[in-house]
Amino acid sequence: MLEIKNISKIYKVGTFGNKELHAVRNVNFNVKNGEIVSLIGESGSGKSTIGKMILRLTDITSGQINFNGVDISTFKGAALKDYYRKVQGVFQDPFSSYNPIFKADRIFNIIHEEFFPDMSGSDWETKLNESLGCVGLNPEHVLNKFPHQLSGGQLQRFLIARALLLETDFIVADEIISMLDASTRIDVLNLLAELKSFGFSVLFITHDLSLGYYISERAVILYRGCVVEMGKTDKIFNNPIHPYTQALMSSVPRLDKHWEEGSGGDLCTRESMGIQLGCSYYGRCKSAIHEKCECIAPELVEVEEDHLVACHLNSK
Amino acid sequence: MKFSIPSSGRCNVSLKVDNLTVYYQTLRGSVQALEQASFEVANGEIMGLAGESGCGKTTLSTSLIMLTPPMKHIGGSVLLDDELLPIADEKKMVDYRFKKVSIIPQYAMNAMNPTRKIGKMIEELLRSRKIDYKSREEELLRRIKMVKLPQDVLDLYPIELSGGMKQRMVMVLSTLLDPSLLIADEVTSALDVSSQKAVSELLVEFRDQQIVKSIMVITHDISILYQIADTIMVMYAGQLAEKAPTKTIIHVPRHPYTKMLISSLPKVGVKFEEHRLEGIPGKPPLLLNPPEGCRFKARCPLAFEKCREAPPFVEIEPGHFVACWKEC
Repeated sequence: MLEIKNISKIYKVGTFGNKELHAVRNVNFNVKNGEIVSLIGESGSGKSTIGKMILRLTDITSGQINFNGVDISTFKGAALKDYYRKVQGVFQDPFSSYNPIFKADRIFNIIHEEFFPDMSGSDWETKLNESLGCVGLNPEHVLNKFPHQLSGGQLQRFLIARALLLETDFIVADEIISMLDASTRIDVLNLLAELKSFGFSVLFITHDLSLGYYISERAVILYRGCVVEMGKTDKIFNNPIHPYTQALMSSVPRLDKHWEEGSGGDLCTRESMGIQLGCSYYGRCKSAIHEKCECIAPELVEVEEDHLVACHLNSK
Repeated sequence: MKFSIPSSGRCNVSLKVDNLTVYYQTLRGSVQALEQASFEVANGEIMGLAGESGCGKTTLSTSLIMLTPPMKHIGGSVLLDDELLPIADEKKMVDYRFKKVSIIPQYAMNAMNPTRKIGKMIEELLRSRKIDYKSREEELLRRIKMVKLPQDVLDLYPIELSGGMKQRMVMVLSTLLDPSLLIADEVTSALDVSSQKAVSELLVEFRDQQIVKSIMVITHDISILYQIADTIMVMYAGQLAEKAPTKTIIHVPRHPYTKMLISSLPKVGVKFEEHRLEGIPGKPPLLLNPPEGCRFKARCPLAFEKCREAPPFVEIEPGHFVACWKEC
């Protein structure tokens, strides 16, 4: 369904915009029909930038994003509107996704006016109630309220219901539950997983490994804008190969295992000159011994079926 | 890392909170954010304080160090090292703040003065407390080394440090006068996983080196507490729900809220297709006019007649306190 081919994003930074920041570097992956893919990485790994590029909220510096075989990067006007009918995003902070001055269900009215102008009021109402029912909300309780009168979980479900109304095929879910409380977040997560049966595909962006494992079939691990490991979720979690994935697995706090003693968080980092050239993880990698690691960027190599790793140590 | 609870238990109490009630005064009435909280923290104990947003965990910790309007002390007392803390008297608390009770505030990375070099700022801070900077300098440098920061950090401005480094610097600063009680409010929530781990482990080290006697770690992330805390206290809507050693809370919780909360947390190894986790239906009550009795009763599957009275926070086995009529 969605094919990401060699995309890069360079931000201009510095006082006069004369410095370049490579937020995303040559990333490739696809999302198939009815599949949930997790994009996992720490802050600054470029995971949100990828989400924004898919949603056309920011331009792609180089590369291609194909949706159902068509390159989306040149879409304008009507074509872009048609694209948004199929692809929608839900973001981290439910409270800033809404205009506090207007009632929250205004987002539905906008869709009615913009995308379904021919539909009569009563038909629309049935459709709206149906989709609110799908996300587990009672229309009587939630309609006609201002954003501050609804909980974070309800607001996030509103945004998902909005995507349902549009008969969307693909949702970019950027950290959608990290602002929610523990007792409500799992409901939103379950909802997302259930949507799969409607034929939805989801790109689930998160920094929390256990959430990624819970919901997705495939995972992509990002570090500093590069894919370091990707493949089937089970394979990555049970057999992490890249040193970064291993470090990530061991430092994420878990409820079933204590931190290993002495494995410590990475406090010291190695200065690396050739960050533009070499492996993105060279600066922190404990196993980097090769000169190769500093100068040549490793490529993704398949180590077993549906499990790819970008590390020189593994490509003999 | 040690995960042992001091066995001598109660004769070794560092902090004793008795029936503490704190309300927020608003134009529409009092928000009953903390109701009748009674608990103890032992010497050398790292107590985790967990709960959803708005459950009163920050109110509890703030009232131990800086109870200012609109917060109002309604009743109850706080004993620190057998000494009564004058929490309701803002002026008298000056003698205790920083020296006896210290806090690593939420968003600590932005807590330092951006216009001063860090060393200069510390010097001014100590002078304001009438303490000679030179007498603490050696110790300061040792601590900076302990948290693995470079020595020349004192000549830098806060903006020159990364988020994790600033967090560690504030930790050194907060504990410089060896306070008895350290409150760490959401210290890890804005950090990356690797810095999160480093900062949490430092908290344990501060305790192990006896720089601080006891620590209260406030977070909504229970998996962090599982790594570092000796005991966990769970709050719900301004009331204490359960306090027990970490392992007990995670593996054999007794309060229905704790049970549902723990079982709703996703763990690595649990997949949606194989094992569907359930959330807690409903939402917490508003604290402006909270329901009488147990505040969890509207969402509780076990609620019965008696829940209309507030359940007492009782010890059902050594070190395990629960506030639920079903467990009494």
